[in-house]
Amino acid sequence: MTGATLTGETLTGQTLLAATSTGEAITFWVLAPLAVIAAVMMVLSKSAVHAALFLAGVMLSLAGLYAAQDAPFLAAVQVIVYTGAILMLFLFVLMLVGVDSSDSLVETLRGQRVAAFVVGLGFAALLMGTIASAVVEADGTVTAVGLEAANEEGNVVGIARLLFTDYLFAFEITSALLITAALGAMVLAHKERTAPRSTQRELARARFSSDHPFPLPGPGVFAGRSSTATPALLPDGSESPDSVSAILKTQSYEAPSQGPSAVRGAISHTAAVQGSVDDSVDGEKGEHR
Amino acid sequence: MNESYYLLLGALLFTIGGLGVLLRRNAILVFMSVELMLNSVNLTLVTFSRTTGTLDGQVMAFFVMVVAAAEVVVGLAIIMSIFRSRRSASVDDANLLKY
Repeated sequence: MTGATLTGETLTGQTLLAATSTGEAITFWVLAPLAVIAAVMMVLSKSAVHAALFLAGVMLSLAGLYAAQDAPFLAAVQVIVYTGAILMLFLFVLMLVGVDSSDSLVETLRGQRVAAFVVGLGFAALLMGTIASAVVEADGTVTAVGLEAANEEGNVVGIARLLFTDYLFAFEITSALLITAALGAMVLAHKERTAPRSTQRELARARFSSDHPFPLPGPGVFAGRSSTATPALLPDGSESPDSVSAILKTQSYEAPSQGPSAVRGAISHTAAVQGSVDDSVDGEKGEHR
Repeated sequence: MNESYYLLLGALLFTIGGLGVLLRRNAILVFMSVELMLNSVNLTLVTFSRTTGTLDGQVMAFFVMVVAAAEVVVGLAIIMSIFRSRRSASVDDANLLKY
């Protein structure tokens, strides 16, 4: 009889603070170290793209922790909105700004890093000490209610019920916020055209009066490999620096070793063809007409 | 383990995010650290929602996510426009408050 009342109490959510299921404990002890390690690597990683991917790891771990804590809706939103949308926006901007825009390692304020570490350690000690002392003080007196009763109709239904009754005004204000953010992003990212748009005639004239009336060779053309960091080979076998993007050049690019001899033969053959094409562009030979 | 472990994890992640804001010079990385701080607060809100047995904490976390989405859009647009005028995404280079 006492056992029945005990399980009844457990079912209505009157569990003590110290009681969580072992499955949840396993989930926590797998995901929490992952999240902390990914967060530390995000702060320490040199490349911004690596940092974005580590942040994705943190967010996915947190989504798992939400799911373990009876918040399946927030877990889904975390994966879709944070990992799917916001982080991809970060990656887009990283690609627009340039992947090579890594941090400068020069300290602009002397001793700032040491001071930041000291402040961080102190803050962590303060925050975690406060939480730990509050938990120890309240041990046994405070009970965690649990969300079984609140999630009775389902988590999404419960959140929607709150969102459209108690939080209706805040929810509607959110629409104004989103409209403002979209307009602000458009205004900020808008680029005013200062010079008039050049016509096709002007473009053609500028191109034929330049040093390169023909298009620049594509990267990797006739080269031993297909990487875009491989410069194209000119008819005389030398590498054309114009064919590699400026961003790739800043990233400590090294010239690749020469390809195998079969490739070299193909290159010399096609180079001869390309040389005659270049001659016809120069207008000295008429045999291609 | 009990629920307070989640609170400790949230505090730890918040501190790491704050350290990122203090240590990194790239504006995009500073922004990512801010996102990490918002996420850790969300974890704390979800934990408190479970402790109190009401869904208000989860609704709060939902609103934090909405505000974070709006903030990211505007912030990244600002970073883009600064990068366009200064060819740099470092927070040290933007030191003149002028048009």
